[in-house]
Amino acid sequence: MLTMQGVSKSFLGVRVLHDVGLDLQPGEVHALVGENGAGKSTLMKVLAGEHAPDTGTITLDGTAHTFSHPGQAQAAGIGIIHQEFALLAHRTVAENVFLGREPTRYGLVDRAAMERRTAELLAEIDETGITPRTLVRDLSVARQQTVEIVKALASDVRVLVMDEPTAPLADHEVALLSALVRRLTARGLGILYISHRLGEVFDLSRRVTVLKDGRRVTTVRTADTTPDDIVRAMVGRDLTAYYPPRARHDEIGDVTLTVTGGGNSRIRDIDLTLRAGEVVGIAGLQGAGRTSLARALFGAAPFTTGAMTVGGRPLRPSTPRQAIRAGIALVTEDRKTEGLALRQSVRDNALLVTRAVAVRGRPPAGREVTALLGRVRLQSRGEDQQAQFLSGGNQQKVVIAKWLAAGPRVLLFDEPTRGVDVGAKAAIHTLVRELAREGLAVLIISSELPELIGMSDRIHVMSEGRLVGELPAGATEESIMRLATAGSQRPSGAPDTRREGAA
Amino acid sequence: MTTVESAPAPSGPPRKRTSLSGGKGLSTVRRSVDPVVGVWLAALAVTILGWIVVAAQGGNFLTTSNAVAILQNCVALGLVAVGQSAVILTGSLDLSVAYLISLGTLVAAETMASGGVVTAVLAVLALSVAVGLVNGLIVTGLKVNAFIATLGMAFILRGWIEDNYTGPAGEVPVSFQRLGYDRIGPIPVSVFLLIAVAALMWLITRRTRLGHHMYATGGDEHAARLSGVRTGRTVVLAHVLCSLCVGAAALFLAARLAAGAPWAGTEARYDLESIAAVVLGGTALAGGRGGVAGTLGGVFVLAVLDSVFNQLSVDPFFKNVVRGVVIIAAVALYARPRRTPKPPKALPEGRTA
Repeated sequence: MLTMQGVSKSFLGVRVLHDVGLDLQPGEVHALVGENGAGKSTLMKVLAGEHAPDTGTITLDGTAHTFSHPGQAQAAGIGIIHQEFALLAHRTVAENVFLGREPTRYGLVDRAAMERRTAELLAEIDETGITPRTLVRDLSVARQQTVEIVKALASDVRVLVMDEPTAPLADHEVALLSALVRRLTARGLGILYISHRLGEVFDLSRRVTVLKDGRRVTTVRTADTTPDDIVRAMVGRDLTAYYPPRARHDEIGDVTLTVTGGGNSRIRDIDLTLRAGEVVGIAGLQGAGRTSLARALFGAAPFTTGAMTVGGRPLRPSTPRQAIRAGIALVTEDRKTEGLALRQSVRDNALLVTRAVAVRGRPPAGREVTALLGRVRLQSRGEDQQAQFLSGGNQQKVVIAKWLAAGPRVLLFDEPTRGVDVGAKAAIHTLVRELAREGLAVLIISSELPELIGMSDRIHVMSEGRLVGELPAGATEESIMRLATAGSQRPSGAPDTRREGAA
Repeated sequence: MTTVESAPAPSGPPRKRTSLSGGKGLSTVRRSVDPVVGVWLAALAVTILGWIVVAAQGGNFLTTSNAVAILQNCVALGLVAVGQSAVILTGSLDLSVAYLISLGTLVAAETMASGGVVTAVLAVLALSVAVGLVNGLIVTGLKVNAFIATLGMAFILRGWIEDNYTGPAGEVPVSFQRLGYDRIGPIPVSVFLLIAVAALMWLITRRTRLGHHMYATGGDEHAARLSGVRTGRTVVLAHVLCSLCVGAAALFLAARLAAGAPWAGTEARYDLESIAAVVLGGTALAGGRGGVAGTLGGVFVLAVLDSVFNQLSVDPFFKNVVRGVVIIAAVALYARPRRTPKPPKALPEGRTA
């Protein structure tokens, strides 16, 4: 149905795609995997008409196309679900679904037809929680994504490109999305599925194409390969020593931070001790209060009850500034809006904290910044490069460097490797362990259980705003999930079934 | 995190509860004051307040003549502000409106003096389209920030005016002055002009594809582009629409003044006043939210305030202080989200174990 041949693309003389080919059949999920910077996004943007390729052809149902505007790709039947949704928060679902191709009657937009058609499309994919008149900002992320998909369906797409569709979703939402993907392929859509999560790839796709450094490494039938083979193809090496060794007993030092009876409107009864040299993991389902715990420790959404000590001294930070002064750092789950000044240079970002809060005397000089950036193994085109142009993994390294510049003693990581490719992930894991070894107390929140288990010396499990259990290093996924889901088996009115925004 | 312990599952088999609303306010609905309602309520409040204050001073505020005067005062600013709404909604801005008005009155009066009224109207509208087109193309084509682009245009127009005119010029025939002075019943015809232009703009913004694309472009240009909206064209058209409204204002002012005047637009500071009215009417300065209805409310509030101050013969400096306070207060009010808990489907997190 769709064939891309010999696609090459350069930006400012840097070749990002070399002669890449790809084909897609109706009713097929074709997974596209590769490290960040491998060229997946560029290939996708070429297909979507956002970038014109330097060479190469795109053929759809036997017709060759050259797209110079997303609208043309759309008209040809190619829809795209971006990682960042292209939705207008303050407009209704129907207005978003028909944006750019509003139906008209007597020259005016036919709102009734628009809403009727949207309702039909929503019904077709069995989505009952969204009404056409709901404002998009009132929907959950998962439902916003559904709106994006409906938007693509509304333009009669034949090919749907999904870029990391599960990245923003909680676990149960992932299952719903998978079901939706299957329904779409059953209708004959071809889906190009980009993901870092190999589990999904093997779950959904018929074929996998691996990109590396802008070239196609291989295309294989998913049934004929294994995740290990795919990882090897992606990184060009085996990743056996995925996680660095844990802390030896004698490496764990003094207590750095304690909380007793901590709570606020979202979490309660928190008793927690972090020690120098130790990596403590926090497991829990989406919404269990993990992020709230990190934000409370960091003073962003402070504890309202309980006591906290940092370095032996009592301190319950009520602002991030106080926390930073006490040596607490938080690498947030959303680095783009909460971690970085995207349009500023790598150097300015690394100095972001120390310029604002003089923790240990003067801000570090240029040479020290360079040393720090080397320390986190940043790969950039120089310290002048704007943070927005870095890959996800390198952006995360800049965030870490920013905190290291402040010389913290407690490092809180909220989803440290979300949206980060395999290679950079390993680098971040190694770095985290190194920092612990140097005497920092580390807390990691992660939804990826293998990561949490691989990294942590101890794991606390959170559920419904409380720490419900502690497990030693090497706990199994089953034991964690048992704690995390305990108490939720009773037939409670699950909030995720409520109709959001339904009038 | 809201937990629901008591409510039974609404439907289907008991589902494992895996996700709860996260920390990002799903459990509360943000509902800010609807600016359109707000500004018209404010207009009403200001009118009543003015009436009381003027009455206390022994004056009479709610007379027909005064009401008509207020409406008449709305017209010029109203026309400009309606145009300004279009560009601001689209995420742009027009600072050249004041000089375009001045030039418009001069072109109108001079053309009327030498040619016909129809030619003059066409000439002014052509001038407006040209200026709007250039503004829009500078913003979209040269990617110059709208603030700078239209400020530059303002300087260019100013230079042209100051080079060619030193005072009032041209002459407006009595037949055309009727636009400024005639009435239908008690209501001036110019008010109907404003209503017609505003209605047309409302129709364009709310009911046409162009309008939808204007909201989309102002709301999120990237998202709009990815959805196939030709954002550049949308911005250019918004600028043209704006300038056309400004042209209408220029024609009205020419009729009122019976001549063209280099200070017709600048003396009343229509550039900043129109932006103030738009913002007062609840349109987001960043674009994407708001509309013509609110803008008219904003214009009305400013006109009523003016009228009250005039009747009380308040010190003009104090008058501006009050206007400033009103505008800032209004925008602060719109910006403040009013947090209302969701209907008690989900209880707030139980603090009792």
